[in-house]
Amino acid sequence: MRLLTHNMLSSNIKGVTKGFPLKIEVEKVVEKQVEINHDFLRNIFPKIDWKAFSDAARTMGYVELPEQAPDPSVLESDLDFLTKFHHALLELHLEEGALVCPETGRKFPVNKGIPNMLLHEDEV
Amino acid sequence: MWYLCVFYHRLLDYRIPEFESLADLFGAFGDKRSSDFNTQDKVLQWRLPKHHHPDSPFHFVHLPYEDVARKIANRSILVKGIYELWGEGNDFEELEEAVKSYPDERKLPYLEYESTFKITVDSFGKVLSLQEQNERIQGLSYIPFKGRVNLKNPDHNFWLMETDENETNNGLPPVVKRRIFFGREIGVADRKLIPMYQLKTRNYLGPTAMDAEMAFLMANQAQAAPGKLVYDPFVGTGSILVSAAHFGAMTMGADIDIRVVRDGRGPDCNVWSNFKQYGLPMPIGLLRADNNLPPWRPGLKEVFDGIICDPPYGVRAGGRKSGGRKLLKGIVSPYTVPDDKRADHIPSTAAYTLVECVHDLLDLAARMLIMGGRLVFFYPVLREDGSVETHFPEHPCFKLVATSEQMLSSRYSRVLLTMVKTSLYTEELALAARIKHLEFRENHLKWLENGNLHSSVFSPADAESGDSKVSKESKLKYRGKYV
Repeated sequence: MRLLTHNMLSSNIKGVTKGFPLKIEVEKVVEKQVEINHDFLRNIFPKIDWKAFSDAARTMGYVELPEQAPDPSVLESDLDFLTKFHHALLELHLEEGALVCPETGRKFPVNKGIPNMLLHEDEV
Repeated sequence: MWYLCVFYHRLLDYRIPEFESLADLFGAFGDKRSSDFNTQDKVLQWRLPKHHHPDSPFHFVHLPYEDVARKIANRSILVKGIYELWGEGNDFEELEEAVKSYPDERKLPYLEYESTFKITVDSFGKVLSLQEQNERIQGLSYIPFKGRVNLKNPDHNFWLMETDENETNNGLPPVVKRRIFFGREIGVADRKLIPMYQLKTRNYLGPTAMDAEMAFLMANQAQAAPGKLVYDPFVGTGSILVSAAHFGAMTMGADIDIRVVRDGRGPDCNVWSNFKQYGLPMPIGLLRADNNLPPWRPGLKEVFDGIICDPPYGVRAGGRKSGGRKLLKGIVSPYTVPDDKRADHIPSTAAYTLVECVHDLLDLAARMLIMGGRLVFFYPVLREDGSVETHFPEHPCFKLVATSEQMLSSRYSRVLLTMVKTSLYTEELALAARIKHLEFRENHLKWLENGNLHSSVFSPADAESGDSKVSKESKLKYRGKYV
């Protein structure tokens, strides 16, 4: 699971009001190289919840991202930022671990890189 | 300018929608960002050659410039080629006259000394021997070709194409008169994609994997391109996303069946390996989720440029959603999973009717697509009395821009629907959609309820053979239109 996916997910258990951001329990992180695509990064940047994203990156052991969301103008000029953003967003994978609902503590397991977001009967 | 467009004689219903989707993608309707999503109808002007039926592979199309034509031809699956027409006629004399009167300033730049050229003779509805082809090329001596012939890598390609005068040809309604075209090639299709991606060489397959040609058509309808993000909520083995990734899009997929998305058939036979097999970038994310209860965070909207899918309609594979059958009916109360068993618990699921599935899909797409983003999905229709149900699902955020039918059996077809998001998603619109959906369900969709579609497709034909014989004959024999 890449951090882009993490940034889009929340716990949707019935009754939970603050299901985002899911805490990450890390068992195994892998890095996979992905070709950088600036257009894609610019398109996706405004959709990212920055706080959740930079916190998640830190949990995964990557500390190079600013804590505050940078001004969108850096996307045009700052190659160094784009590379870091790209790395955290698309090259870090949570291979094994779990996503934890911040309200109930329910764990959504992540195995072989696939988060299992399906709810149990009593959570629907 | 008008161009001659020649299609492959397949999937006739899909040809013009594909062409127009690509024309839009390549800027034939102006800059996409500045266009008004609501008012502009993105359709091209089309004309047919004299005496030709709309199903003919030969069409004339008006495009703003040659570069768009070339890009469309190179990417399209159903366009064989696009040509600048130098002349046409019912016989060779008429053709000669037409070519001679075509303005020299359009012709001479392509006939110069230093250039190389090739002439190809092609025919529709008949086969020409090599000798006949050579005779036809010799017959073009009235065109002042000054360059050298180069059959392997010419600068300019010219095509002489003719249709048969025979009235019984290839299942087409008769083209009464022979027609001959001569033109300069602008761009031709690359059908090599299809054998390269054909399913029989695909590593990981499921029972409903989408065949390569159709998957590419779907990706073209969705205008998949570099820098875009495309989502499939019923990803299965990833067959649709593979085609979107081929065109450079980033991909994401979800499925309710964890065995499919996580495990596949082993370490080298799973959704990831299908992308690896073609050297394509891996999907950004695959997850297990229920389309009925999507896990997207509140406030997340307008992230996908396209949503492409083949929803489960219960003919070959049925849909599932969270919650047991009895649980949803209220017969039993929810099963509380003991704490020590939670980790490996397998939640029960219930049948997911197509009506509900489509409603959820439209709601998801309305929220998650960017403005102008496209939702492309298959929708089944029963072909009772040879006619086709014309009520398609609707949503106030979407405009239906294309419907393309593919006949699957004498009883049912699937229709590829292409919708463009034209209004922002708001709570009011979502509510209006919900009401519309209930109405739709009430009035049109009885046959789509639990299992009805499956039994209509698979139940044995009526024993009263008198009736069924009549109806069999009244059904279209001319399937070329759809297959």
